[in-house]
Amino acid sequence: MKAKIIITLKNGVLDPQGKAIEGALKGLGFDGVTDVRQGKEIELSLAETDEAAARAKAEEMCRKLLANPVMENYVIEITP
Amino acid sequence: MKPAVIVFPASNCDRDVAVALEQATGAKPAMVWHGDADLPDTDFIVLPGGFSYGDYLRCGAMASKSPIMRAVMEKAKAGTPVLGICNGFQILCETGLLPGALLRNANLHFVCRTVTLRVENSQSIFTSGFETGQFVDFPVAHHDGNYFADDATLDRLEGDGRVALRYVDNPNGSARNIAGVLNDAGNVFGLMPHPERVISPLLGGLDGAAFFKGVVDAAA
Repeated sequence: MKAKIIITLKNGVLDPQGKAIEGALKGLGFDGVTDVRQGKEIELSLAETDEAAARAKAEEMCRKLLANPVMENYVIEITP
Repeated sequence: MKPAVIVFPASNCDRDVAVALEQATGAKPAMVWHGDADLPDTDFIVLPGGFSYGDYLRCGAMASKSPIMRAVMEKAKAGTPVLGICNGFQILCETGLLPGALLRNANLHFVCRTVTLRVENSQSIFTSGFETGQFVDFPVAHHDGNYFADDATLDRLEGDGRVALRYVDNPNGSARNIAGVLNDAGNVFGLMPHPERVISPLLGGLDGAAFFKGVVDAAA
């Protein structure tokens, strides 16, 4: 199975890189941009063949290393 | 005192800290590789500054899972003093030994200059070389020193006197100007500024020498 993990900063956590991107977009004339938040995506190839087992494993990885619950949220998508 | 300095891949202040510790104690500290599982006989552990694992994923994230950190966490929970400077502070937050996290500097700049700090609590073993209310000058050199924690955690830290050092002129956007925090038991301390870089007039100051002498005297 494949796991795609999308990690984003929690609401209320300042995202200076998002702010810099927003400034650059406005500099290019994209005036309608009201906010930019950036995150990261991690793709895993897993030996598990069962979706629930793959999700459980990815969940454990997020808790132990991939995300920091102090400042980040994560979403896991599992595909064959 | 038998200090130990943990050396991670891309630690770059480990030898500076070793010099500061030798100056304060008269003996060379043990240098412990992060891949080791066991600590030597030690009563003071330092996690030095640097860019362990290239700051990949999050600053300090990978280093916090190094084999040696299990032993460090056991010693910390048993009461051994543990000091984390800069990247060491980031690692301590990633382990959960200290609350909060260090985010990218709010102004996005790598900040490398001397900053003035106010000692908010001199009752800890880490700040006993100073008086509460005293101002000290330490250099900072970091890209990710913006201390973050939720408001309830910040209130608790301030209420319990666990904010030991505060920036006078905040260089990185840290919540409530926090430069250094203690754990609940007071034996774990993390700070972004570098006391080990001001241990001689040749290096531009002596406030760091007072810092390490204070730790050694208090922990002895």
